[in-house]
Amino acid sequence: MARDAGRGESHGRGAPGRPKKRSGVLGVALVRASAALAVAILVFIVGYIMLRGARLMTPRFLFGSPEKMGREGGIFPSIVGTVVLTLSSVAVAAPLGIGTAIFLTEYTREGLFSRIVRFGTESLAGIPSIIFGLFGFLFFVIRLGMGWSILSGSLTLAAMMLPTIVRTSEEALRSVPDIYKETAYALGASRWQTVTSVVLPAAMPGIITGVILAMGRAIGETAAVIFTAGSSLRLPKSIFDSVRTLPVHFYILAREGISFENAYGTAAVLITAVLLVNLAAYYVLYRVSKRRAGGI
Amino acid sequence: MGGIKPDHEVDAGARRIPKVWAKDFSFFYGKNQALRSLDLEVPERSLLTIMGPTGSGKTTFLKALNRLSDRVPGTSHTGSLLLDGKDVYDKDVDVAELRRRVGMVFALPVPLPMSIYDNVAFGPRKRGITSRKRLDEIVEEALVSAALWDEVKDRLDSPAQNLSGGQQQRLSLARVLAVGPEVILLDEPTSGLDPISTLKIEELLRVLSERYTVILVTHNPIQAARVQGEVAFFYMGELVEKGPAASLFVRPREKRTEDYITGKFG
Repeated sequence: MARDAGRGESHGRGAPGRPKKRSGVLGVALVRASAALAVAILVFIVGYIMLRGARLMTPRFLFGSPEKMGREGGIFPSIVGTVVLTLSSVAVAAPLGIGTAIFLTEYTREGLFSRIVRFGTESLAGIPSIIFGLFGFLFFVIRLGMGWSILSGSLTLAAMMLPTIVRTSEEALRSVPDIYKETAYALGASRWQTVTSVVLPAAMPGIITGVILAMGRAIGETAAVIFTAGSSLRLPKSIFDSVRTLPVHFYILAREGISFENAYGTAAVLITAVLLVNLAAYYVLYRVSKRRAGGI
Repeated sequence: MGGIKPDHEVDAGARRIPKVWAKDFSFFYGKNQALRSLDLEVPERSLLTIMGPTGSGKTTFLKALNRLSDRVPGTSHTGSLLLDGKDVYDKDVDVAELRRRVGMVFALPVPLPMSIYDNVAFGPRKRGITSRKRLDEIVEEALVSAALWDEVKDRLDSPAQNLSGGQQQRLSLARVLAVGPEVILLDEPTSGLDPISTLKIEELLRVLSERYTVILVTHNPIQAARVQGEVAFFYMGELVEKGPAASLFVRPREKRTEDYITGKFG
């Protein structure tokens, strides 16, 4: 930011005539303002929620069971539901997404087929989540008879996460230096051996970052989940049980006017969880970029 | 060397067949001809230095020999390129096995992102050797042969990236030796190294050429003169002249060779 701003100013000074300089200054001011606004919006939202909800984040609230539809008591079943639902959707989406990315980068030349696969996964990214919810409801819940359950919910979420995981894994795989592959081939390794023992480990940090970021979005997903995982307040015993995730719990508490206080408490927990997941992603990235700098 | 010695047989009759033999061999990238009817013989257990400017086809020759050039789309060749009298482009050639027999060290050291031990054990493991004891032996032998053992024996489990450039390049060599090659190709292996590391590698090559067929590629005539052995001068995809370093540098037969080694071009 600061460097760009400096460049803009010096350019303005060098150019003949005054108006140009002024427009440069104005431009820089606008750019700065938008950046400041972007941060301000984030700070405002997080701050507002935390201000109203953070004091509710007590052990009793975090680990207690909800009473009176959530008006009183805690949100433990929702925390468990969110964690289980997110993890099981990752368990489905990660192998599928990474596999697709390996296929796209290592096993096919750029052609009609790879373009169709890529176009398909990227189109998935543009579909509104409520459509995913509707599809999951009609297909998994009704058609396949899975009912409102963790299973239905996680399969639906997995479909939503797929594009992110494919995209980030593909980028990570492509950034592995070709000389690694050449070295492995030169030692008599087969393509599969090269992929599994050299390319994949080298790309793993990037892939993990992508998976974590996809998880962050899955945690906060509401529309796709409410239709597929349901809204049961009981602690789930198996993946065939319905759960009410944190965002869904928040939605119901707020929308039906049950308890705004507990709604904000739930929101605070949710935001904290998403922040932690994102921090984890950046931590992985940071550690790797630091190690790479020391390496090749 | 025990287990990782070349395991092929050399009887009196076969000795006359060159280990590597290019016969009227041409190589193309699409329509670009990179090698022009090359005729070149490399005897078993010898050291050949291929010298020439950038774009003279030196690397192309190496990558044709272990068929790494298969990875480049749109290549083709004419003539034949024989290893032990058998064309490496024959249909029934197992490419992985060919690359095991014809090892290659690249211009820049490439430590795979794993430990020193795992780097050296990479090739043997891919060939199905899993016994830890056997791997330990192979790794030690290879590192000893690459003159790296003493420097790394106490930290085999540390990341290979932590080694210095010269050590990394000797690690690349050890990694190749660990798969028990017969021919070792080195593509400008010292281009990123300091003079002392360079001398170490060159010395090593002379020693290794007593057991292996070593082909070194360099653009540097001084290096070619230093490592001795046979020298082949490549220019624009052609083999201009080949002979023992001692005579080629003193009395080059071709004007182009003379111009190159005296630094008039290149």
